[in-house]
Amino acid sequence: MKTVDYYEVMGVAEDASADDIKKAYRRLARKYHPDVSSAPGAEEKFKALGEAYEVLKDPDKRDEYDTLRKYGAFAGEQFSPPPDWQSRAEFSEGGYTEVDPRQFSEFFEAMYGRRGGVGTQAGGPRSRGFAFRGEDVNARISIGLAEAYSGTTRTFSLQINRLDDNGIPTPELITLKATIPAGVINGQKIRLRGQGQAGIGGGENGDLFLEVALVHDPRFSVDGRDVTLVLPISPWEAILGATLDVPTLGGRVKLTIPAAANAGQKLRLKGKGLPGKPAGDQYVVLRIVVPQAHSEEDRELVRKMQEQMSFDPRAEMEISG
Amino acid sequence: MNDKSVEIELADDSTPYEMRELCEMCAVRAELVVEMVEAGILEPSGSAPAGWRFGVRSIIRLRKAQRLRRDLDINLSGIALALDLLDDLDQMRERAQALERQLQQLTDEA
Repeated sequence: MKTVDYYEVMGVAEDASADDIKKAYRRLARKYHPDVSSAPGAEEKFKALGEAYEVLKDPDKRDEYDTLRKYGAFAGEQFSPPPDWQSRAEFSEGGYTEVDPRQFSEFFEAMYGRRGGVGTQAGGPRSRGFAFRGEDVNARISIGLAEAYSGTTRTFSLQINRLDDNGIPTPELITLKATIPAGVINGQKIRLRGQGQAGIGGGENGDLFLEVALVHDPRFSVDGRDVTLVLPISPWEAILGATLDVPTLGGRVKLTIPAAANAGQKLRLKGKGLPGKPAGDQYVVLRIVVPQAHSEEDRELVRKMQEQMSFDPRAEMEISG
Repeated sequence: MNDKSVEIELADDSTPYEMRELCEMCAVRAELVVEMVEAGILEPSGSAPAGWRFGVRSIIRLRKAQRLRRDLDINLSGIALALDLLDDLDQMRERAQALERQLQQLTDEA
């Protein structure tokens, strides 16, 4: 079993005061709280932090931890407690800790024991006698833009605790099929009631929450229900105006480019974004693509344009010439 | 066959749940829900606690609020502020990402 250096986890010195430890905990908890941080690995760091704080904030546990350190039980990175080691921590009585000790490391367990496999859960404790509501499970589900537009049916598998024949929560691979309606957006939360971890002692199951992650589409960028398409046009289409076929999520539509259109100009196709109440819009941003002159005739033509059309794109900068 | 079709609920603007159901699902007392509504953490439809209706969004925010309160020791108005700022941050991130991609498409070699 690997040892855990709680002082290192909390970034405090071995002689840190209780106040320093509390401050360090608060600072790191704000930084790595899974509900606040989007940094990768935040959840693991937060759990490790909770475990470290559980030990270091409690004078008795900290004293025991320090004693074991001095005793040399941590030599060689491997932890082996003294043969007659008995922690004063009483987990079986409950109410000893507010955090969920099921999340703690083997190392913690070897030192302080375990609280009967039953703890308070993330959504707040729920107790009817010895019944506990199961934990919620959070997962992400990747959905393509076309699927988000028209809806889809997805089958997915998750490892979730279910009660076995003896009523013991046991990990099981569960396959679920869910119909995702048209018009889900990126970050959309979906609740599957009762599909989380099994409750204990007759407690309700937790819920499964899915978060939609829209897969990048090569053509459309997405912001909420609005989508944006960058549309390449030629200089003459920009100058003269044109009616063009443009792709939308629902198929091709005609779009009229006004005469004297400019690069970066934004046109709106109302209601052509992701469906909803109200539906989003599609924006079309114009990109003028400049053609290559492939022959001397081409170049001659452009020179003629240059002579005939008095045009100075830098007129407003007063640096022309 | 293990394939099980399950009902889903979207976190949208619909508000199907009464106070009693919300309290049961989140294992909280009604008094706390009232305080959370007053702090602006939860925004039910309807008026007066008896007429309030909550949606999946409320369930998610309430559970988040419970975790933040327990883990970070923030009071209810602080939690309301944090949740609102986190929502704003998500929106900003998505907007920034969309604009970055558009800029890339505008400047890329065709």
